[in-house]
Amino acid sequence: MANFSTNEFKAGLKIMLDGEPCSILENEYVKPGKGQAFNRVRIRKLISGKVLEKTFRSGESFEGADVMDTDLAYLYNDGEFWHFMNNETFEQIAADEKAVGDNVKWLVENDLCTLTLWNGSPIVVTPPNFVELEITETDPGLKGDTAGTGGKPATLTTGAVVRVPLFVQRGEVVKVDTRSGEYVSRAQK
Amino acid sequence: MNDWQPSATVDRLRQRAAIIKQIRDFFSSRDILEVETPALSQGTITDVYLDAMTSAHPLQGSGPASTLYLQTSPEYAMKRMLAAGFPDIYQIAKCFRQDEIGRLHNPEFTMLEWYRRDYSMQQLIDEVAELLRCIFKLSSTKQVTYQALFLQYLNIDPINVSEQSLSSICFKNKLGDYVTQVKKAHESDSSTAVDDIKDALLQILFNQCIEPHIGQYVPICVTHFPASQASLAKLNGGDGDGGDKKTALRFEFYYKGIELANGFEELTDANVQVERFENDNQIRKSLNKPVRPIDKRFITALEVGLPACSGVALGLDRLIMLALGCDSISDVMSFDISRA
Repeated sequence: MANFSTNEFKAGLKIMLDGEPCSILENEYVKPGKGQAFNRVRIRKLISGKVLEKTFRSGESFEGADVMDTDLAYLYNDGEFWHFMNNETFEQIAADEKAVGDNVKWLVENDLCTLTLWNGSPIVVTPPNFVELEITETDPGLKGDTAGTGGKPATLTTGAVVRVPLFVQRGEVVKVDTRSGEYVSRAQK
Repeated sequence: MNDWQPSATVDRLRQRAAIIKQIRDFFSSRDILEVETPALSQGTITDVYLDAMTSAHPLQGSGPASTLYLQTSPEYAMKRMLAAGFPDIYQIAKCFRQDEIGRLHNPEFTMLEWYRRDYSMQQLIDEVAELLRCIFKLSSTKQVTYQALFLQYLNIDPINVSEQSLSSICFKNKLGDYVTQVKKAHESDSSTAVDDIKDALLQILFNQCIEPHIGQYVPICVTHFPASQASLAKLNGGDGDGGDKKTALRFEFYYKGIELANGFEELTDANVQVERFENDNQIRKSLNKPVRPIDKRFITALEVGLPACSGVALGLDRLIMLALGCDSISDVMSFDISRA
């Protein structure tokens, strides 16, 4: 993999830092008139998702990280791995628990997820922004209630728990924003 | 792509022209002569962290090409004029610096530089402050020493601090990676290299821990930089004025977290100047950077005699950017380098 100097840093570039692939979010060049230049860089560690601020001496080089995003359909979980398939080539990739993480609760069969691959292996699985899941359990709500008054917890087929309006009942399919974990609406039939 | 269009709006460039006119009026009312010096020169600077862009051209119009350098500031040529007996002079000059691109940097930019004969550092500071108050329409400016700022914000004395304590303060402020990289960059651990490391750490601490807190409402002048950062300034002391030569008669103006101007009570001693140039080249070697030839014409001018004077260089694009409330100098330049 090629090396990248701080001069080449721009948003989206993937580099290796402390043995972990990272994505550059922002890069500011700072140069006191008579002094040494440095770069203030905002970086996201791709495995942990942590965002850090780093200061590097200008001109320092970093190894590029072989990281790419690919959209794959979720197939099934075999108890240990979560399997995904490229709908065009039918090539399959298995992600482990570490890569799936908390997003396991948003995995819906046949939904297209974004898998971030590092050296060909998945490190992050990002579900679609919106998923539709059936409610398996929730308290019966009061009739006549409209959306927006606090709501009640509902458990979905994947085990995810979201707050839904009181009028939404068990067995209904709801649309959820996976980025915030919030209920959006009842699914369109 | 829209990159054929100017980076600044016509309104901003109209305001830019008005500010430049205001500056010219300021100097002409003080009887300071406007001059122009070559942007392209046979001589250049040895500064460790300023790199001139180069070109090549035969000096006689034919024959082998000589290396020519684009000026990083018009300082040497203007001092040569002073040594030749010119009066107070100012210049609005295009300057060029290698590898400087960012929100506040463009490889080609405009410098306002002026020299005042028989002015002390303080007299020139007062004049810069007056110009800034006039451009920014402010009623006051501030002044503080480099040392006082470090004592106030980091509780260390920057003039007498050891490299070890600077390193540990950097680590505490999450600048550990930077410390490691700066130390690694030097091939030797000579005393010049250690001074250079100390300066790098002082600069980053200044930038990260002090600059964001100063000059937010009115421009602030920081004076008496450590002697190791004297550049072309006289040291404080040596002429029976009580200074201990640990600091330099160098000042910088900052406004809204942006470095705006750098000035000196000028070093006039040719021998000391040559020593500083050679020291720069030592550090360049230690960093594996190319050594720069010493500008002999400039040194000869100092030997003949540079009159006592103070001079200052002010980034004109930044001044205009701040006056117009813009975020980037490209907003006040006709075409930044990406469109040039």
